[in-house]
Amino acid sequence: MKYFGKKLVSLIITLFMVSVATFIAFQIIPGDVVTSILGTEATEEREAQLREELGLDKPVVERYVNWMGGVLKGDLGTSYRYSKSMNEMMPVAELIGDKLPVTLWLAAIALVLIIVISIPLGVLWAHSSSKFLDAFLGVMTQGAMAVPSFFLGVLVIYIFGIVMKMFTPGSYISYHTSFAGFLGYLIFPAIAIAIPKIAMTARFLRNAMLGELKQDYVRTAYSKGCSKNRVMYGHVLKNAMMPVITFVGMIIAEVVAGSIVVEQVFSLPGIGRLLISSISTRDFPVVEILVLYIAFVVIFVYFIVDMLYRVLDPRISGR
Amino acid sequence: MKNKKRMLSLALGFTMLATAVLSGCSGGTNQSSEDNSSKEPTYGGSVVVGVQQDIDSLDPHKATAAGTKEILFNIFEGLVKPDENGNLINAVASDYTLSDDGLVYTFTIRDGIKFHNGNAVTVNDVKYSLERASGLLDGTALIGALKTLKSVEIVDDKTVKVTTSKASAELIYSLTVAIIPDGSGEQEASQPIGTGPFKFVSYTPQQNIVLEKNADYWQNGLPYLDEVTFKIVTSSDTALLELQGGSIDVYPYLTDSQKAEIQGTFNVKSATSDVVQALFLNNAEAPFDNEKVRQAVNYALDKDSINGFVSGGNGEIISSAMLPTLKNYYVDLNSTYGNTANVEKAKQLLSEAGYPNGFDMTITVPSSYEFHMETAEVVVEQLKAVGINAKIDGIEWSSWLSDVYSGRKYQSTICGLTCDMTPSYLLNRFVSNASKNFINFNSAKFDEIYAKTLTTTNQTDIDGYYKELQKILCDEAGSAFIQACPLTIAINKKLDGYKFYPVYVQDMSTVYFTK
Repeated sequence: MKYFGKKLVSLIITLFMVSVATFIAFQIIPGDVVTSILGTEATEEREAQLREELGLDKPVVERYVNWMGGVLKGDLGTSYRYSKSMNEMMPVAELIGDKLPVTLWLAAIALVLIIVISIPLGVLWAHSSSKFLDAFLGVMTQGAMAVPSFFLGVLVIYIFGIVMKMFTPGSYISYHTSFAGFLGYLIFPAIAIAIPKIAMTARFLRNAMLGELKQDYVRTAYSKGCSKNRVMYGHVLKNAMMPVITFVGMIIAEVVAGSIVVEQVFSLPGIGRLLISSISTRDFPVVEILVLYIAFVVIFVYFIVDMLYRVLDPRISGR
Repeated sequence: MKNKKRMLSLALGFTMLATAVLSGCSGGTNQSSEDNSSKEPTYGGSVVVGVQQDIDSLDPHKATAAGTKEILFNIFEGLVKPDENGNLINAVASDYTLSDDGLVYTFTIRDGIKFHNGNAVTVNDVKYSLERASGLLDGTALIGALKTLKSVEIVDDKTVKVTTSKASAELIYSLTVAIIPDGSGEQEASQPIGTGPFKFVSYTPQQNIVLEKNADYWQNGLPYLDEVTFKIVTSSDTALLELQGGSIDVYPYLTDSQKAEIQGTFNVKSATSDVVQALFLNNAEAPFDNEKVRQAVNYALDKDSINGFVSGGNGEIISSAMLPTLKNYYVDLNSTYGNTANVEKAKQLLSEAGYPNGFDMTITVPSSYEFHMETAEVVVEQLKAVGINAKIDGIEWSSWLSDVYSGRKYQSTICGLTCDMTPSYLLNRFVSNASKNFINFNSAKFDEIYAKTLTTTNQTDIDGYYKELQKILCDEAGSAFIQACPLTIAINKKLDGYKFYPVYVQDMSTVYFTK
């Protein structure tokens, strides 16, 4: 319990520091929201009017304190860029709430693909004594890891969308319209996200297992008369999974935080794409919340991994 | 360059999935010849147009981005509106007259014209719209060019009298301002109502804006389509894939290299756009504070080869700030520096200016504009030949706006200036104290002649002054003007009727499916 409390305090401090850092970054980088909304052809009166509408005529510190106060009370503020209706700006919570399911479902599908494919693949790889398979998987995973995600996205669209015609590129269907259609479209970007991660996880698992195979307990298990499968799944995999869990945790944090590039390539209205466009239009309230969300996801996932360690490996909780 | 990219992508594809890509290549290219446009138009159908950026406002008086106005053109109309030849045609007004002193416009409202909500357009709506846009309503002019309006009076229930404080032949171009229902200003941003060929249906930020046919449209027989969706596609590579996959039908911003990839499967058309591209030189920064250096840069550029490299030869070379499509005002000054490089002359001018060995310079380019980035790469090579060592600094659009455009903290930049149909629009920014004079051009002669255009009402004199202004800007080498950029559009082969405008709009009212 004491441990949990300590983690919670460090979470709050980290989030606060992240929010201040984002705020400072926004003060330093050039560009402001009014010129980015109005472009080059606006009248000065219009610029002044918009500045006032958005509350940008107030001192920066005052704006930050007001914003922070709102967040603490559960009001995430309103976007500078997107309006909802009748001169009322879009609440950030609503804007992100609409995009978050896209990213989360995308992450979920990608994760299922990663885990379901990479773990058997890693075990098979470590298990196998075939030189050909070893070389083949080595080259394939190396290749999959090396391809930039942007190019991989384009390749997935090209092969599945244009050559095989399994889906229509750009025909994203909102989850409001058809949930099945929504998931059907997300499979392909999920593949693009999963491919390099599968390669990494499989390689990682294989190496971990090969490391374990050299351990004394393996020889002991064999000398006891255990079958190869029993040794592999009963002993080695369990031990080899420990570092893999950390690794999968990192991947979860990464995909849940938004796959910026893949969302761009597949025209998915997820939070990764929202983050990019909000940064380029200097939509500070939206960027702040998104950055806080990402920081929270990372910290939270690591916390869960930490907890899992304690459950899986009794040696750790004693520390 | 793009061929290289394509080769690379193919080569990579080969190593990864050799068979799949191979079969895909042979299967994907359905070569067929260009369609004739003699096919029968049909009514109905829906079309998806890919656009590059999200809209900034649905309120026609508040929207400023060119990427927004091109969409809103389908929803809103002014008393008059531009046609594809750059002339004005009557829209909400069926007729108008101008008083002899050029100060009073009398508009007659078109009979039977209705808003999208079914209400007839009244003189009150016209008065409200003009007063709102010009600032007569609350003191804030939403459209700068309308600041000179003095009053808008209702004469009778069909006639409105607009009085301006200063006669100007250009004011009528600004009276293309959208007519919206009386008192609806607050609602326009969420529920826009106009008189255009299409009605607003929905807008989803970052995704799309959907319009449907206005069955009551005043132009008989228009529009053809039942529904038009403007879909926001942020990357041009994605746009190409979506075109090929069939989820967008029209994409108006093909790069020259993409054109080659898509020709055959789509109808591809090019026209000169309203974008004036230049290597803009900050006249207040060394060494460009020296007129001779600026002229040397102009001589150093080989505009023909730039046009060939980045525009596929479809650009139109210019030497000053005016579009060749504005025929009444444009004057061809290309002989001043020539369309090809004159290295000798450039070097001579550099020596005279005290830079016999050239100098180092930075070209700041908004990196999201691939077209300008590609141009910059060619320009750097050309400048090298005269000893100028240029470096490209690609920055993000927001930073460009604040540092380069508003802050004027830069040495040189390559970008495009969009234009409307008024000749002053491209020239007035070069008056020395103009707020938009981001190149810090400072010429007493230019200022003097520009002042004359404001006080003269004789149109022939004004035309002459505009030509003189272009010549001064060219001779004093305010910047190195390159070309009027081409606009290349890909259209689904089943569609026809697309019209290019000299201004930046996507008029979908004339587009139809062929049988």
